[in-house]
Amino acid sequence: MSTPRSGRVPGRMLLAALTALVLLLATACGGTTREDETAQGDSPTTTTDESAAPAAEETATAAANPDAEIPEGLGIAFLPKQVNNPYFTTASAGASAATEEFGGEYNETGPSDASASSQVSYINTLSQQGSDVILLSANDPNAVCPAVEEARGGGAKVVTFDSDTSPECRDLFVNQATADGIAEVQLQMVADQLEGGEGQVAILSATANATNQNAWIEMMEQMIEENDEYSGIEIVTIAYGDDEDQKSFQETQGLLQSYPDLDAIISPTTVGIAAAARYISGSQYKGEVIVTGLGTPNQMREFVKDGTVAQFALWNPEELGYLAAHTGAALAAGQITGQEGETFTAGDLGEYTVEADGVVVLGPPTVFEESNIDDFDF
Amino acid sequence: MTLDPATPPPDTPPVPRGRGWGALATWDVAVIAVVIAVWIVAAVFVDNFANARNLSFLLLDIAAIALIAMPMTLVIITGEIDLSVASILGLTSSVMGQLWFVGLPLETTIVLCVLLGAVLGALNGVFVTRFALPSLAVTIGTLAMFRGLAFVVLGDRAVADFPFLWTGAVTSSIPGLPVPWVLVPLVLFAAVFGVVLHATPVGRSLYAIGNSAEAARFSGVNIAATKFWLFVATGAMSSLAGIYWTLRFASARADNAVGLELSVVAAVLLGGVSIFGGKGALPGVLAGVLLLGTLTNALQLANVSADVLNVVTGLLLIVSVLAPNLLAAARRAWARRSPPGQVPA
Repeated sequence: MSTPRSGRVPGRMLLAALTALVLLLATACGGTTREDETAQGDSPTTTTDESAAPAAEETATAAANPDAEIPEGLGIAFLPKQVNNPYFTTASAGASAATEEFGGEYNETGPSDASASSQVSYINTLSQQGSDVILLSANDPNAVCPAVEEARGGGAKVVTFDSDTSPECRDLFVNQATADGIAEVQLQMVADQLEGGEGQVAILSATANATNQNAWIEMMEQMIEENDEYSGIEIVTIAYGDDEDQKSFQETQGLLQSYPDLDAIISPTTVGIAAAARYISGSQYKGEVIVTGLGTPNQMREFVKDGTVAQFALWNPEELGYLAAHTGAALAAGQITGQEGETFTAGDLGEYTVEADGVVVLGPPTVFEESNIDDFDF
Repeated sequence: MTLDPATPPPDTPPVPRGRGWGALATWDVAVIAVVIAVWIVAAVFVDNFANARNLSFLLLDIAAIALIAMPMTLVIITGEIDLSVASILGLTSSVMGQLWFVGLPLETTIVLCVLLGAVLGALNGVFVTRFALPSLAVTIGTLAMFRGLAFVVLGDRAVADFPFLWTGAVTSSIPGLPVPWVLVPLVLFAAVFGVVLHATPVGRSLYAIGNSAEAARFSGVNIAATKFWLFVATGAMSSLAGIYWTLRFASARADNAVGLELSVVAAVLLGGVSIFGGKGALPGVLAGVLLLGTLTNALQLANVSADVLNVVTGLLLIVSVLAPNLLAAARRAWARRSPPGQVPA
């Protein structure tokens, strides 16, 4: 039994509906639309204080001084996609070692979940603490940009590594290998193992908007279309394990159930490939479904030995962290300014050149298999 | 033997302190005191805590939680709960991104999104009132459903090309003051919700519903309508929070604010609102939001790891639920020790 509605209620609802309608009509006739923005160009209007200082332009006019000394006690902050991820722990070890070499102060921090909004909070913290250099592996290419700009406005140099942000908002990007190289090596490994180079392949990625994985996947799809070598490979779906072990494990299970004719799983993330291999090595699909992608030797060793995984690839994350720290220090010291063609020395790794768009490339990826997996310890 | 009508019989526990200004009693004051204490300790011991920019970051971080915590307080006081708030936020963000992407004016999009939030809240309200389903079950279901819809609308993409004028405005500070513009709507909403809860018959009826639905019904309170509009309000505020979130991070994503409902509920409970309903006050909740935000901010500045932060937040939540119960038990024990005829104030 419901209480009878008073006569005023329909009147109030009508008034509310009318107000909403008026508001909608008023805003629809005019207002900021996306076309206005793209027509104007992306020139940010400076606001009162928190203005995005175009630091890049200032440093560009200053000349690079290759012999500049790295200041003592330079603050290097390492901010990965998430903490408690073995890949980033290894990278951090490299960055920490590099920081010790040039006498800086090292600080590792980061969110426990690989989300962009958590990362923004930590970037703000680092701005507050006045870090000189921030090494960042971004969870989202755009969401972190305002916070990064704020940090740069405060004088910090921001060097992204592993996963880039939008190129305008960082100073330099240290890429582990070229995106083509990483995509190609994964396709190559799968094509080698598939019968006749043909088959159904699923991709088990990290988070849905991770800059690096998405770039590699896009490149793989492009290569499949353009190269005859890979034309027999059919990517049936992309699953997202969010760089969480449990979720990646469950996604693998789901993939095998939904695609009974699946021939291979490519996982371009160390957490994903480890979970997928673990699932498959304990299931009926061991030896039937190919598992490959990017993994660390230590995590994958047992699966290579027991035959679940024949080949996988990676670069050395420790070297990546090491290079990133040295790049940040070189930038902060003024040895380089981020222009194409500048060179600097990154400690034991030797000389590196800045390429187009402010990218520094570590080197080609390494393929790991049974014959060489015991040579590595990371 | 005559019973003095003014004093309740000796063995009953003291009158619940949920009503009106009496609600501004012990727990709320305690939380505010703790917030001030944490602020002082942080200002002294944590480098870079006590300056304008950090205050700005702090307020920006807690704004979304505060916006949602206000109607959530009212909902929990009536004995219900709404766990779908973060999903409404996410769906709003998705819709906002998609509408912007296809070229709708931003102003129109914002109005539509608030309406969307109200509609989503109304959906929750219909399930809880018309079909008399427990709100916990309903909102867990809509939590999943709305989040799923968010992914249907926007997929895995992120829409990030919102105009700098808007995104900058949301994060910039009021000229001359160290606080961001977002504080203005926060204060306005706090005033509105505070007045409604503590100084209107509607607000008092919420406490009545939370304490005893039967008694409230017999007093003439339209419980179904009240709860329905509370859910609508919660939905609308969640979508406002979604608009804020999208503009603040300049990124519309389907997975924005996953898990935020837990922070909101934690803040509300920390503020002294009883999870069983009928008790609590808005100043306490605002202090609870501020406390959670300050702790997170200060501990992060002090380089405490994210995992430890999670543990701290969880412990705080447990304390906030346990402490009132322990306090109530202590009060009852104290009441029993008093001689008959006397009731502690």
